[in-house]
Amino acid sequence: MTAPFYKFGFFNDEISLIIAFAIGIFFGLVLEKGGFGSARMLAAQFYFTDMRVFKVMFTAIVTAMIGLFYLSWMGFLDLSLVYYGDTYLIPQILGGLILGVGFVVGGYCPGTSAVAISTGRIDAIFYALGGMFGILVFGELFPYITEFFYSTYMGKINLPTLLNINYGFIMLLVILMAIGGFTAAEWAEKAMLKKREGE
Amino acid sequence: MLNFKKWFSHHHEDNAMEGHLTQKHYTNPYLIGLLLGIVLLSTFVIMGRGLGASGVLSTTVSVAVDKVAPSHTENNEFYQGYLGDGTKSPFKDWLTFSIIGTVLGGFISGAISGRNKLMVEKGPRVSSKKRFLFAFVGGSLMGFGAKMARGCTSGQALTGGSLLSVGGWAFMIMVFVGAYAMAYFVRRQWT
Repeated sequence: MTAPFYKFGFFNDEISLIIAFAIGIFFGLVLEKGGFGSARMLAAQFYFTDMRVFKVMFTAIVTAMIGLFYLSWMGFLDLSLVYYGDTYLIPQILGGLILGVGFVVGGYCPGTSAVAISTGRIDAIFYALGGMFGILVFGELFPYITEFFYSTYMGKINLPTLLNINYGFIMLLVILMAIGGFTAAEWAEKAMLKKREGE
Repeated sequence: MLNFKKWFSHHHEDNAMEGHLTQKHYTNPYLIGLLLGIVLLSTFVIMGRGLGASGVLSTTVSVAVDKVAPSHTENNEFYQGYLGDGTKSPFKDWLTFSIIGTVLGGFISGAISGRNKLMVEKGPRVSSKKRFLFAFVGGSLMGFGAKMARGCTSGQALTGGSLLSVGGWAFMIMVFVGAYAMAYFVRRQWT
């Protein structure tokens, strides 16, 4: 096992910040190149006219998921050292729902708004200001919702453990779901294009 | 008609100005997804963590509240989490540096593709003023939701999703549910 490099002490915290900056650049490049600096392009997902939000997200998830599994199977990466947050089911379900509504109303999500601001989208500045306002509201309400925030705690848990199904089989299900989703997305886009041309 | 050459074209006259968006201006989404997956995988391999975007906004808010009313943040666990123990600047953080990179990366890509332009993203049927209001309200919901969920599309959906996290998947499904349920009511903003 040699990876994750940081966890095995290959470099210190100072270097990790430079790496953060470099990874951020690639993240920004890819998001912009994919059209995610445009709120109209992002919102198009929810009107079935351009489903690239779904396509990009699921291709990325499948790619990283297979990569992680392969590197871990080869003995190169210790998957147990890769951090992800604990599950607090109900707060995360509610948070996702609220964020989803905010996504279609505001036109961005946090990462894409950063790219939109840097490419000159004025509305994205209002979105980010709103984001800070929402966080302020959350911070001010926090003492009153602390109990809910920590409710339905399940620990660091993944789908194979929860469902007691083999990791590889869950991966297969995710891949099949993605392929099914891509097919449906391509179909929906064509159907919407036909409808628009008919108007 | 799809023009494959144009998918990778770097010279588009004001394509950002077009009211009617078409796919050909941007790179193929599956290729973008693959590249994004590789960025994400590299982050896992190098750092042992995933991507995150909403954290820096929380740090900014916490520092601002702390400046205005230090006694106020003292007893608030939420703000304290972002302020740290005071041994270093709260901004000297992985998430801050990566988001600065993201802003720069977006700018570089926009410059290469000729898409950097001061403009408002909206449909033809809505005024800029109204769009700004919607952006602010949507942003507020996003900020609140991301804190409740302990992450956003980057931190929960992409990172948690590819690690098969239960919370990440529950979050991601609900983002799509929430957005699709709301889409009808804000359609005039986009179409």
